[in-house]
Amino acid sequence: MNPLLRFLFYAVFIRLIVLIVLGLNVRHRERLPKAGPAIIVANHNSHLDTMVLMSLFPLSLLPKLHPVAAVDYFLTSRLFSWFAMEVVGILPIKRTVSRGDDNPLAPCNQALSDGRLLIVFPEGSRGEPEQMQSFKGGIARLAESNPAVPVIPVFLHGLGKALPKGETILVPFFCDVFVGEPLPWTGDRRSYMRQLDERMRQLAAEGNFPAWE
Amino acid sequence: MIQFQVSPHVVWSLGGLYAILVVAFAWVVMLRWRAPEKDRTELVQRIRSWWLIVSIFTLVIIMSRNVSVAFFAFVSFLALKEYLSIVPTRRADRRVLFWAYLSIPVQYYWVAQAWYGMFIIFIPVYVFLLLPMRMVIVGETKEFLRAAGTLHWGIMTMVFGISHIAYLLVLPEANNPSAGAAGLVLFLVFLTEFNDVAQYLWGKMLGRKKIIPKVSPNKTWEGFLGAMVTTTLLSVLLAEWLTPMTWMVAIAAGLLISNAGFIGDVTISALKRDIGLKDSGNMLPGHGGILDRIDSLTYTAPLFFHFTYYLYY
Repeated sequence: MNPLLRFLFYAVFIRLIVLIVLGLNVRHRERLPKAGPAIIVANHNSHLDTMVLMSLFPLSLLPKLHPVAAVDYFLTSRLFSWFAMEVVGILPIKRTVSRGDDNPLAPCNQALSDGRLLIVFPEGSRGEPEQMQSFKGGIARLAESNPAVPVIPVFLHGLGKALPKGETILVPFFCDVFVGEPLPWTGDRRSYMRQLDERMRQLAAEGNFPAWE
Repeated sequence: MIQFQVSPHVVWSLGGLYAILVVAFAWVVMLRWRAPEKDRTELVQRIRSWWLIVSIFTLVIIMSRNVSVAFFAFVSFLALKEYLSIVPTRRADRRVLFWAYLSIPVQYYWVAQAWYGMFIIFIPVYVFLLLPMRMVIVGETKEFLRAAGTLHWGIMTMVFGISHIAYLLVLPEANNPSAGAAGLVLFLVFLTEFNDVAQYLWGKMLGRKKIIPKVSPNKTWEGFLGAMVTTTLLSVLLAEWLTPMTWMVAIAAGLLISNAGFIGDVTISALKRDIGLKDSGNMLPGHGGILDRIDSLTYTAPLFFHFTYYLYY
């Protein structure tokens, strides 16, 4: 990571876009963790999701804050991977695992034990704008290996309209951010996934959003 | 950038605004002292947001003309963005909405140029004709009429309507010798917001008969009429300082602002009720979103503008 470039990128460029061009309606901001380690879990519709979540935290936490992102998407071309690693500061993980590989979540476990805050999108990809897909199970494994780390679900709405997958022009829309209560580890993965799913659905239901079609 | 030749009348009126805020603050302190257990978060937030709004407004009034015009363009941008974020829009129209946003810099460019003819027809004629054409190019016909209507209503109120405040700033100074262009803006915005607050206060004190319960259950006849009287009185007092109006014209202006402000308020309330929202956002703590604050201005700005323009320019 290049701390200076990263600071300028998030403190100036991203805040300008997130706070002025887009604008946030944040509910329950006080539920956000004040320090690491923590896992932020959110639904995923746009590249802006990461930028909005990063902007929710004070700049003093920036050096410890990392979006978890897929190696196969972000580390392809040289320029793009330089940008993702040095400026955005992603924590790269492998989406597909072949036999004999190490635990793909090992870098996340390591980062959490270093007291870092991770942003995770368990849907795995951005998908269709403003539609939530089912969460993949990796998040339950992560919570299982780190039962003491708070997992905070966050529901995002509006960014799939502002900059959906496959579009290059940003159209300004307010973004709604609903922060949920931390979800404690339940003891087994299946019930954990069910509860996380339920939490996200409750958060989504706090808004009364017309369908985007 | 700062314009030092702001008329003393404008400075004194701004001072009066701060005096009102100080009184409001003292009143809250007294309420707290008398009954400390009651929750007054919303009232406190509301007054705190007023301090912010008045401070920004002061800066805008004393800044140079182009900076002030740019500020109102920004207000239009925030309002249109809030509007387009709460109303249902079609996925197919994403790029059309981008064009709709572009109407803001163009409209305010005409204002900055003081090109009246273009300012007054650009949105009602050109944008009105252009955007449906752009929608047809996209080719989605399902809900076409609803989408075109929604979009045009938004641009007319949030961009065209609000830009009338900015146009007051570029009117010739000579026609309003007592306070110049800034005097008219101050007069319009202050009376509109004062009328909102007066409606609320009169309604709290005396409110009994609901005026339009299906749209806005908190509005009462007592609030509406009380505010009409106080706003009109204040209009007469301020008109001599800030505008070229005689006292008789000022009575008409006061009545116009009070009535139009009420209609603007309930029109946006009807919109929010249709969508199922209480507030349009949470940008201004205690008030809601920006639409909750400028709702009355969407009506008073164009109407007061034409009233003054017809009589004095």
